[in-house]
Amino acid sequence: MSTLEIKDLHASVVTDAGETPILKGVDLTVESGKIQAVMGPNGSGKSTLAYVIAGHPKYQVTSGSITLDGQDVLEMSVDERARAGLFLAMQYPVEIPGVSVSNFLRTSATAVRGEAPKLRTWIKEVKDSMADLQMDAAFAERNVNEGFSGGEKKRHEILQLSLLKPKIAILDETDSGLDVDALRVVSEGVNKVKADTDSGILLITHYTRILRYIKPDVVNVFAGGRIVETGGPELAEALESEGYERYTAKV
Amino acid sequence: MSTTTALTDPPSDLAPRIRSNDPDAHEVPNGREEEWRFTPIARIADFFEAQAWASIGAECGEGAEEFVSIREVDDPSGASAASAVEQAAGWQATDRPSAVARSNAAQVVAVSIPAEREVADVIVVDLQAGGEANYARIEIEAGPFSKATVVLRHDMTADANGVIVTNVSDQANLTVLNMYDGPRMSRHAWQWAATVGRDATFLGLTITLGGSFVRLVPSVRYAGPGGSGEMLGAFLATDGQFQEFRLLVDHNEPHCTSNVVFKGALAGSDTHTVWIGDVLVRREAVGIETYEMNRNLLLEDGPRADSVPNLELETGDVVGAGHASATGRFDDEQLFYLQSRGIPEALARQLVVRGFFVDVLDKVADETLRADVLRRIEERIGMEALEVSA
Repeated sequence: MSTLEIKDLHASVVTDAGETPILKGVDLTVESGKIQAVMGPNGSGKSTLAYVIAGHPKYQVTSGSITLDGQDVLEMSVDERARAGLFLAMQYPVEIPGVSVSNFLRTSATAVRGEAPKLRTWIKEVKDSMADLQMDAAFAERNVNEGFSGGEKKRHEILQLSLLKPKIAILDETDSGLDVDALRVVSEGVNKVKADTDSGILLITHYTRILRYIKPDVVNVFAGGRIVETGGPELAEALESEGYERYTAKV
Repeated sequence: MSTTTALTDPPSDLAPRIRSNDPDAHEVPNGREEEWRFTPIARIADFFEAQAWASIGAECGEGAEEFVSIREVDDPSGASAASAVEQAAGWQATDRPSAVARSNAAQVVAVSIPAEREVADVIVVDLQAGGEANYARIEIEAGPFSKATVVLRHDMTADANGVIVTNVSDQANLTVLNMYDGPRMSRHAWQWAATVGRDATFLGLTITLGGSFVRLVPSVRYAGPGGSGEMLGAFLATDGQFQEFRLLVDHNEPHCTSNVVFKGALAGSDTHTVWIGDVLVRREAVGIETYEMNRNLLLEDGPRADSVPNLELETGDVVGAGHASATGRFDDEQLFYLQSRGIPEALARQLVVRGFFVDVLDKVADETLRADVLRRIEERIGMEALEVSA
């Protein structure tokens, strides 16, 4: 049982032009086995929330706290957070020329698990996870994200999720840019990880479409850098028909 | 990282103006000449005049003795007659320091692969300085239909002004790994000329990690149609090192191919690298294919990387001709991505740098050799060896 607790989180983006506040008091708790959806319009700061939890250097936390099972996440480096059990499936995964997927996966699994996985079981593990996500075996020999289609990038993110088995996973707009078939495959991948490992999931999305495949326990509406409304799955249905205007007007 | 792939306006004739082993046939550079304009020539002023320097000798690895010999030069002082290899390669010095080296080295390190001989083991030649400053003449000859891989390990404990003359006979297949690895105090100016015979294959790979000043002038020309010439390089310059690579591929025969890929990683504010890629496609060189590329990765702000590709086409009747040059800063987003998967920062940096060099190093067919080169590069970046292999 794990808990990611975010309390009154304020954060700014740091650019050459100075600091711009983006998160303005976020309170959110993600627990094992539960799915928290965070939905919001463009520019509301929901992706910033994902990056701040993962520790991207572009953002500076100005006040508030993030803890994982009581441990101070903000004190940890990016890689320490991952080893502590956090995972961010990115909206725009980065290309790493010359580094093969297989090398990358094994290096990260070794880092997160604290020891190199046994080769024989590892190969089977990767193969099975790739088959679940309907990924061709040749994929492992390609360079990380290099020349991947949008759908391939997202499958690759979920492949990592299934191999790294985090305590808490943050999915940042994993659904954006996916066609229906790819969305279904990716969603099934997420559901399988949750069923197998009891991960807690923070699902960040602009659209309600993915919620047909991944059922949230709680739906939060994010606007103006904080959560402005919280409800059950019915809130997502309301958003689907009404859109975000109500919230953007309020801010 | 921005990329350019385009033909430039043809510059003036890229071929060397003067070919002579007599030093006085070449003017002493003043730094304003095209071929010296990036070079801090004051640092090698003593390379331009004959000095009482020692000569480079060599030791070779076990099993390589039959291919490697040292030949005394009877009259090193004058511009003596061309050796058999120089004659076969059609080589003469094209600048002042190489002419000085040619006419002052007292011995020749000769590597010779007999005709039709396929040598499975890598031939390792450890060059040995005879004094604090040295002249060097290296000759590498691959006989017709032979196949071999030669590793030249330069002695970086001493200065050297040298020439490497390589002749790849018809249908031979020769790989030469030219390794500058070691202490970072010495100065090196080398000319490396390779002549590729009919249907022959030549791969020259230069790894530059050591030396305070390294200036290498590699060139490829052809002695018949159908030849393939590749000049590759991986270099790492830090802490004020100067490294210059001034290449010339002279397409003087039809239906040949050439490929030049140099990749460099730089750090440190006084560090400076120069890559000049000249490709000359002569009127008679129809049906050729050529590509050249330089990529530089700045590991931090401060170092300077000059990169100038020049392609001169005297015939439009070619299969392909292109070049690319780009210099970019280390991408922190790559680091973030890898770290967000639990990979510690040092290892993440190592993965990225290793990945940057991989397409050059993949050309080294011998696995042990490739691993050795990779280890040297990683050691120079100051990181422990990767625990996980690809």
